[in-house]
Amino acid sequence: MKEDKLIIGGREFGSRFILGSGKYSLNLIEAAIKYAGAEIITLAVRRANTKEQENILDHIPKGVTLLPNTSGARTAEEAVRIARLARELGCGDFVKIEIMRDSKYLLPDNNETVRATEMLAKEGFVVMPYMYPDIYAARDLVNAGAATVMPLAAPIGSNKGLAAKEFIQILIDEIDLPIIVDAGIGKPSQACEAMEMGAAAIMANTALATAGDIPKMAAAFRQAIEAGRSAYLAGLGRVLTRGASASDPLTGFLRD
Amino acid sequence: MENRFFVDSERLSKEALEKKHRLETDPSSRKDYMEYLQGMERIESDVCKNVIDQMNSFDYMKYTARDVKAALEHETCSIEDFKALLSPAAEPFLEKMAQRARLETSKHFGNTVYLFTPLYIANYCENYCVYCGFNCYNDIKRMKLSMEQIEHEMKVISDSGMEEILILTGESRAKSDVKYIGEACKLARKYFRMVGIEIYPVNTDEYRYLRDCGADYVTVFQETYDAEKYETLHLLGHKRVWPYRFDAQERALMGGMRGVAFSALLGLSDFRKDALASALHVYYLQRKYPHAEMSLSCPRLRPIVNNDKINPLDVGEKQLCQIICAYRIFLPYVGITVSSRESAEFRNGIVKIAATKVSAGVSTGIGDHESKYTGKESDGREGDEQFEIADNRSLDKMYDDITGEGLQPVLNDYLYV
Repeated sequence: MKEDKLIIGGREFGSRFILGSGKYSLNLIEAAIKYAGAEIITLAVRRANTKEQENILDHIPKGVTLLPNTSGARTAEEAVRIARLARELGCGDFVKIEIMRDSKYLLPDNNETVRATEMLAKEGFVVMPYMYPDIYAARDLVNAGAATVMPLAAPIGSNKGLAAKEFIQILIDEIDLPIIVDAGIGKPSQACEAMEMGAAAIMANTALATAGDIPKMAAAFRQAIEAGRSAYLAGLGRVLTRGASASDPLTGFLRD
Repeated sequence: MENRFFVDSERLSKEALEKKHRLETDPSSRKDYMEYLQGMERIESDVCKNVIDQMNSFDYMKYTARDVKAALEHETCSIEDFKALLSPAAEPFLEKMAQRARLETSKHFGNTVYLFTPLYIANYCENYCVYCGFNCYNDIKRMKLSMEQIEHEMKVISDSGMEEILILTGESRAKSDVKYIGEACKLARKYFRMVGIEIYPVNTDEYRYLRDCGADYVTVFQETYDAEKYETLHLLGHKRVWPYRFDAQERALMGGMRGVAFSALLGLSDFRKDALASALHVYYLQRKYPHAEMSLSCPRLRPIVNNDKINPLDVGEKQLCQIICAYRIFLPYVGITVSSRESAEFRNGIVKIAATKVSAGVSTGIGDHESKYTGKESDGREGDEQFEIADNRSLDKMYDDITGEGLQPVLNDYLYV
């Protein structure tokens, strides 16, 4: 059987769990790598820009791909500048675009995100845009040169799980790039459900960072994501509706 | 007005003393506090009216335990819910409010706590605000640091590991003009990754200039949203002009600042109304400028210890905690700063519930960081302090204490782009 790999920007990954940025600590990074199996770790450039985080960067093992994000950017131009800075800092060519013009809900601005994707793809970046799950924006991102599409499941930090489930399913069905579900995943069961639907990977941070036992929760996410992926690959079986079927067939009136 | 603030310095001339007493006792001797002075920009905005209408109609005695329970059950906290949470009826629900506040804080900020330190570069002031140590009639050692002295202070602070600084001045355009503050901001950008300012309110173009110099967060305390009370406390100077101060944050955002901070000095007037107005000031501006970052500070006048006539409007630690929890539940996304006026115990507790930013290594004096940080003997050339602080922990100590509480200290979360 062919090995099941996640391929982004020509690079192969065995793990489908990506550690998001936000609540960072050495413990969390170690747990994400060791117990959740993360091979990609997001890094907020705005926070990487500090003395203590430089220290944390030293602890990221070789072989783990750093995914710098552009959080703090409010326009495409600002996102481009942050991406270039990340490249200068030695973070490589991967970049996750985050552009928010709302400090209350932190929802991504799809228009600016499409513009930034186009500019950065032209500069040779492997662009992973965080977006609001809208089919038109997703198609525009594909045309702009995105390497993946990363729809939010629910408002960030809300732990509401797959609130945007129907719209994410449309992206999975219609977009040929890997769909990585980002933001709002609060529990392993939600991650599992997204994987069953055909998501290519899951990004999470808060769910791990605020867990009582971080290593244990990291392991739970790994298992949930693997289970969901296997179920998707296996093909979900039919689901029988409950209750008896109608005694008179609906098609009984047909004559021949 | 109670006379608890008035102090006569022996060094004031007879004329000065006479003027001071006239201002204190004869309201007609004071300028109209609603009238703009020459040079003050007037902007079109409905934010002030929205806030003040809500504040004036806020009757906190009408809320009951039932309203508080309902507020705590609602997923989104409405303005009415927030009013219930600020009311005396919510006091018995403080623990429940704290639990809800903690949940909201962790959703939006995880377990992070930001650290910063203030740097006072001048304490000259042209205002007579009766409760403030820097007021122009107060006999204190005045000082304005030169650029060399500012740079020296910044080096000392930066060497301690601090990455965010808040530059403060007394409110004197004559002694500390916008250009002087701008030069200080340029220096600060060399040593710090994030520079905020807490200075007298200025016009939009001046905020833009300061932004270009490297500052991008503006803090202005309204002191009290009760304009009539404000008039009796700010007797002289440009600070007396209440509406110009109210619109400062909006001008700062129009000038391109990334974020703005708000506060009432709780206890100057009715603290429940001031807390409501402070939060609504944030709320309405956020709707108008949704990209902006906003934060609230929560300073209070301390109740007088052993005062047997208990003032129902005094802000004790329980009331302060109630206000901070209500702020958090109503505005889950805003930063909440708790200053070193509060004790180490209070600050350790409140960062676990709702506060997201605390100062460390604080001095409210002028030019005394080296003696305070390194123990090096001072040369006596230092300006007096604005107020006494209750929590004098250094950055290292604060960092360790926060880590010890299971939280994660963060020194910077911003990138200039």
